[in-house]
Amino acid sequence: MASKVIQAFYNDDDVLMHAVKKVKAAKHHIEEVYCPFPVHGLDKAMGLEPTRIAITSFMYGCVGLTVAIVMMNFIMIEDWPQDIGGKPSFSYIENMPAFVPIMFELTVFFAAHLMVITFYLRSRLWPFKKAENPDVRTTDDHFLMEIEIHDNESELRDLLSGTGAVEINISEKDLH
Amino acid sequence: MYTVSNRLKIGAIILMALGLLGIGFGFLAAPSSIEESKAMMASHDDGHGDSHGAETAHGETDAGEHAMTPAEHDEHVFHQLSNKPWAALYVAAFFFFMIALGVLAFYAIQRAAQAGWSPLLFRVMEGITSYLVPGGIIVFVILVMSVLHMNHLFVWMDAEVVAEDALLQGKAGYLNPTFFLIRAAIFLGGWIAYREYSRKLSLAQDESDDNSNFKLNFRISAAFLVFYLISESIMSWDWIMSVDPHWFSTLFGWYIFASMFVSGITVIAMVTIYLKSKGHLEEVNDSHIHDLAKFMFGISIFWTYLWFSQFMLIWYANIPEEVTYYVTRIEDYNLPFFGMVAMNFLFPVLLLMNSDYKRLNWFVVMAGVVILAGHYMDIFNAIMPATVGDQWFIGIPEIGAVLFFAGLFLFWIFRALASAPLQPKRNPFIEESRHFHY
Repeated sequence: MASKVIQAFYNDDDVLMHAVKKVKAAKHHIEEVYCPFPVHGLDKAMGLEPTRIAITSFMYGCVGLTVAIVMMNFIMIEDWPQDIGGKPSFSYIENMPAFVPIMFELTVFFAAHLMVITFYLRSRLWPFKKAENPDVRTTDDHFLMEIEIHDNESELRDLLSGTGAVEINISEKDLH
Repeated sequence: MYTVSNRLKIGAIILMALGLLGIGFGFLAAPSSIEESKAMMASHDDGHGDSHGAETAHGETDAGEHAMTPAEHDEHVFHQLSNKPWAALYVAAFFFFMIALGVLAFYAIQRAAQAGWSPLLFRVMEGITSYLVPGGIIVFVILVMSVLHMNHLFVWMDAEVVAEDALLQGKAGYLNPTFFLIRAAIFLGGWIAYREYSRKLSLAQDESDDNSNFKLNFRISAAFLVFYLISESIMSWDWIMSVDPHWFSTLFGWYIFASMFVSGITVIAMVTIYLKSKGHLEEVNDSHIHDLAKFMFGISIFWTYLWFSQFMLIWYANIPEEVTYYVTRIEDYNLPFFGMVAMNFLFPVLLLMNSDYKRLNWFVVMAGVVILAGHYMDIFNAIMPATVGDQWFIGIPEIGAVLFFAGLFLFWIFRALASAPLQPKRNPFIEESRHFHY
């Protein structure tokens, strides 16, 4: 099913922020905002739910820490016991200081990489995917606010032109 | 304009009075002769054998050449016990001084960076740094008393010890009482001079009609940071590391800096929250507290990073003259040594990791109390093993000294806070600070 959307272009992030607040205050639902760079506080102004990626990051970090401990215990203690720093105790806990850098690095490594992968999956991004942004200028120097039209085209047009939009278009869009 | 409430004033005075009693008790309870010290040890009878003598830092100087005879051991314990009230006093005096010095560094960084978020907190920081004057003078007086042999916190000041110690003779060009006091005077003078001048410019900026005071403050702050980095490092070698004069660590200056920085930021957050709860600093919002809590979280991790870096290299290399430092701490100070890592690392990391908790005032205060106690333990662990050995205890002299300096600190900083309006008027970034939001 296709629907009509109105697209307002802005060339400044501060103007965009004020426009978003104004549109929200007029109780319209903003479909999406396309930006060339992340705009601080935009998610709150749009009323988006807070991200839960921090929770996944914490869990991935715990996985990384566990992997590091199990791996170092197997490599350095069980499989081929090593005399570390002239202290042949062959116990993980007594040699723990030597493993702390690895435990730290793998925690960070797992948290960072798995968080990025999660973000890609959640945003439905994969290689060769067709770009979703309706106008190439949103990758350069323009911001685009998209609002779905429900028989209120002129009302929306009046509202948006009063918010400092540099261009307003109407376009057809496939709903996902 | 803020006025100090009577409750706070009386509370601070009571703390000081209780503290003085505790300190006085500590000095009276210290043994005045070897016989008295022997009697005290016998009455304790805590079953510690003679084996410990070789492990303590003092033992390291003597026991290298010959094993201790019982008489020498008694004398050794006597010295440790007579050091105890002095060490307790010194640790607490330095700890509260270090808070003010950490805040001074934070303040100078805000000035030099022309930070937009923090000008609303400048008066709070200036209030806390006012303690540099009394705190610095007290620390200096204790150092002078050490030089005058009224206490034996620094073994290298003892000419008899140096005469038998080739390493200390080699270091005598640097570690000698005169140069030591000259350095201390230069550092304290520099820190206090910057503090007073920057405060003057900060107040003058409110009344002026251009930004010249602000710009001058920016320039002197940038210059001060260069002086501070050098002087703070040398101060940490002089005032703390030199109690173990054979041992050295090249990142010690950073390590102590991390401790004072995180304690200072914690106190800024706590004083701000207190003033806000009393209805002052209306324009300070959750985001300012959030930023301070982020610093508390981040610098706690930074401290741990340095603590561990110092420990791991020495543990790995296992060189006898370096590793004694940690052997003493792990054998005789096991609980405070590892307890402080839990307080300074695990606790803040787990409590302050969540973004929302950094905005809850009571959460920040709770984490702050643990961080401050943890960094007191950090200084305790740095000073005590070399001065009192395994005779340490957190008893009346230690708690008394903390109470006394806590009272003096509160009394002094709130007096300074009440002496000027709590919100700067004409700082060029004050608008940005008022609208600061995350």
